[in-house]
Amino acid sequence: MKKVVSVVLVFVLAFSLAALSGCGSSDQVTLNVYNWGINIADGPEGGVDYIDVVEKFMEKYPDIHVNYTTYEDNESLYTRLKNGGVSYDVIIPSDYMIARMIREDMLLPLDFENIPNYELVDEQFKNQPYDPENQYSVPYTWGTVGIIYNTKYVDEADIGGWDLLWNERYAGKILMFSNPRDAFAIAQARLGYSFNTEDPDELQAAADLLMEQKPLVQQYVMDQIYDAMGNEEAWIAPYYAGDCMLMMQDNPDLAFYLPEEESFNTFIDAMCIPSCAENKAEAELFINFICEPEISGGNMDYIGYGTPVSAAKEYMDPEMAASEIAYPDAETLERGEAFGALSDEAQKLMDNLFDEVKAGLDMAG
Amino acid sequence: MKSRFLAGPYIAWMAIFTVVPLGMVVYFAFTDNSGAFTFANLTYAWEYWPVLLRSVWYAVAACLICLVVGYPVAYVIAQSTASVQRVLYLLVTLPMCMSFLLRTLAWVALLRDTGLINSFLGLFGIGPAPLIRNSGSVIMGMVYNYLPYMIMPLYTVIAKLDPRLIEAAQDLGCGSFQTFRRVVLPLSVPGIVSGITMVFVPAVSTFYISQKLGGTEDIMIGDIIERQFKGNLNQNLGAAMSLILMVLVFISIGLMNRFTDDEEVATI
Amino acid sequence: MRRLGKIWTFIVYLFLYAPMIVLFVGSFNNGKDLSEFEGFTLANYADLFRDSHSLGLLLNSVILGLASAALATLLGTVAALGIHSLRGRIRSLVMTLTNIPLVNPEIVTGISLSLLFVFIGRYMLGTENILGFGTLLIAHVTFNLPYVILSVMPKLRQTDPSLMDAAQDLGCTPLKGFFKVLLPQLLPGIISGAIMAFTMSLDDFVISYFTYSSKFVTLPVEIYTYTRKQIPPMFYSMFTLMFFLILFVMIGMNIVQARDEDRRKKHIKA
Repeated sequence: MKKVVSVVLVFVLAFSLAALSGCGSSDQVTLNVYNWGINIADGPEGGVDYIDVVEKFMEKYPDIHVNYTTYEDNESLYTRLKNGGVSYDVIIPSDYMIARMIREDMLLPLDFENIPNYELVDEQFKNQPYDPENQYSVPYTWGTVGIIYNTKYVDEADIGGWDLLWNERYAGKILMFSNPRDAFAIAQARLGYSFNTEDPDELQAAADLLMEQKPLVQQYVMDQIYDAMGNEEAWIAPYYAGDCMLMMQDNPDLAFYLPEEESFNTFIDAMCIPSCAENKAEAELFINFICEPEISGGNMDYIGYGTPVSAAKEYMDPEMAASEIAYPDAETLERGEAFGALSDEAQKLMDNLFDEVKAGLDMAG
Repeated sequence: MKSRFLAGPYIAWMAIFTVVPLGMVVYFAFTDNSGAFTFANLTYAWEYWPVLLRSVWYAVAACLICLVVGYPVAYVIAQSTASVQRVLYLLVTLPMCMSFLLRTLAWVALLRDTGLINSFLGLFGIGPAPLIRNSGSVIMGMVYNYLPYMIMPLYTVIAKLDPRLIEAAQDLGCGSFQTFRRVVLPLSVPGIVSGITMVFVPAVSTFYISQKLGGTEDIMIGDIIERQFKGNLNQNLGAAMSLILMVLVFISIGLMNRFTDDEEVATI
Repeated sequence: MRRLGKIWTFIVYLFLYAPMIVLFVGSFNNGKDLSEFEGFTLANYADLFRDSHSLGLLLNSVILGLASAALATLLGTVAALGIHSLRGRIRSLVMTLTNIPLVNPEIVTGISLSLLFVFIGRYMLGTENILGFGTLLIAHVTFNLPYVILSVMPKLRQTDPSLMDAAQDLGCTPLKGFFKVLLPQLLPGIISGAIMAFTMSLDDFVISYFTYSSKFVTLPVEIYTYTRKQIPPMFYSMFTLMFFLILFVMIGMNIVQARDEDRRKKHIKA
């Protein structure tokens, strides 16, 4: 009988615990922020005293609790929202995904009265094609996609272009993007196509080129790149410049370049409020807070991307603010091309082609 | 007796939360985005048959290796004294309670080119040996994760064997191999069947093990399904692939069950 | 032959435990990388106890595990009593129903439940924000139920039906008879079912991965997102602590069980 009592007690305890956790702090609002992995300063690391952005926000607004979670790439963010059943208040998709979400009615127009800091955003980041009337988004970062490589193993004579990712000398040591849009862009750059082509033949040609690369590729990755490049399991990878700078801090043998002649992707990641949001006003507070020069500067020091708020540079580590990787010169940026939203058919074709490449199905032949 | 009505709430629960959801998978598999009936998902999903075939072959290999590796272990455990049996059995079940995500990640640290084993080999000027990102490492990962599921049911049946049967066989002039082949092995068939079932199902549908230990040639059907629900948005295609996987699993279990007539094959 | 078997068993155990040893060592490592030991430190443990986020995840998993185990045990035990008195085709139908979550690939179970939850939320409750603790609880109870039933049913088969009749003849109501006579005999099965349900729930990744939302994240799901970027070494410390906790619990249970069996043997002899 004693056993029965103890079992019952355990159950009662469990339920009361569960009930407790359900109604912990009732007058606090929980703000669900959904960002890329490793894309915000979250406190000291590697001996450098970075700020903790979320912590600072909660200090300033004690009534708001931030529930910060991360996604891997634009596609998984989009799928998470489309699959439904969830609610987020702030998301930070890239340009082309913002355009797609606007088209599909997935974003709420922002109330800029709550975001006075929007005035601080540089003019060149406003009126972008993805949000022509500046209704839905406030820029978070901008950056480029280039190649990170390990100088210990990679011959300087081989670098300079995207073809390094197809160089058989480094078979098995090459990483590749696991999301279709970024992977296709590299193949398209090599073929001289626009990143926004919807021509099925051009998409197929890009897929064929990726198929050709596949035997050389060690893994298709997103943030797993940090481990693989850090511990030198892989030597060459295309990735976003800001993340590359973070990796270079950890491993001084790593270096980064943008292709010298071919085109490359330039992107803007911007903060938006999805239509499933439940705390719109608080979300706008958060967006406004991120645009504060001091916060934006401290944040960029860590994540290594370009800030769209020039006033933030004052607060940044001068070395970071002058970095050629984060802020390439105008001449280099000429070769950059931004992604636009593809039509549904083209996007689906690209998704399917990339899945087929990864699965090793040769559907063309 | 009215006590059979006690099963009512349970039957209702299982109907709502297992049968209806499976019905929804079927519904999604046969419709397109707008809800119109179509076979397109299934025909396109079928294009992935090489991936399905690869998944089945990896899972079958993992099952056989688990059986060959696990049988002697189960036998040794069952033959030990009672207290040793307890300790050994506990040590088999313990890993199952620990995060398989982290344990698999530890294998990456052991196996990769700059990992522990290859660094050790490097001291003698060997290597790096290709220990990871090939079919071998994926199958090894499956064997590692699911071996306890094979040992447990095998141990249960072997421990229950009547030792007098073995003595009788020996008295009748059977050698130890003959005794094993003619007495012990046939009597452990129920354990073998349930062990294989318990290894095959998670192995054929895994996506984490192939993501961590596999190379670009080791994509499995689980990876593709996961991608349809978490990466590209294509629930209909994902549902069609899930349906194919489910039918495959049910058929293989149906085939396995022909070897035994136990009502609760999948029990431990 | 004997010796060969023992050596083989030793090798297999080494194989099973090697990665865990790597994680133990990693928990005291002063670097991030598991394969490079950069000096002994306890900092990872200190980090773990200072980090309310990861402790919160553990608490989430424990709460979900206890709640789902409790619910599944209650529902499952009652169901086992019912199934026990079913006969013929209905019984085999119910047993097939019980086997579905056991033999269905986890990924399919997870996907099918998420489709159902979103459908219920969208078209029946009119909410887009349905995933959370409730849906996780339902999912976990669903895959735990068969384990409870399959560990209670054998005990039920061992009981002597005339005992219940005797209790009723002696004036017990059926309910009282159940608590006084039947329940004590089923208890070992119920407890082992509950423990199994709890551990299955605590360690479940795949099904939770398809039915969670950021409102209520469990430890395995978060570990998965970490394995796709960089995993903080404090999770190795958590692993190590949990390993020894579970080890001690299991040893304790074993001792209790062993004593129980000894007593029973003596009982039979006497």
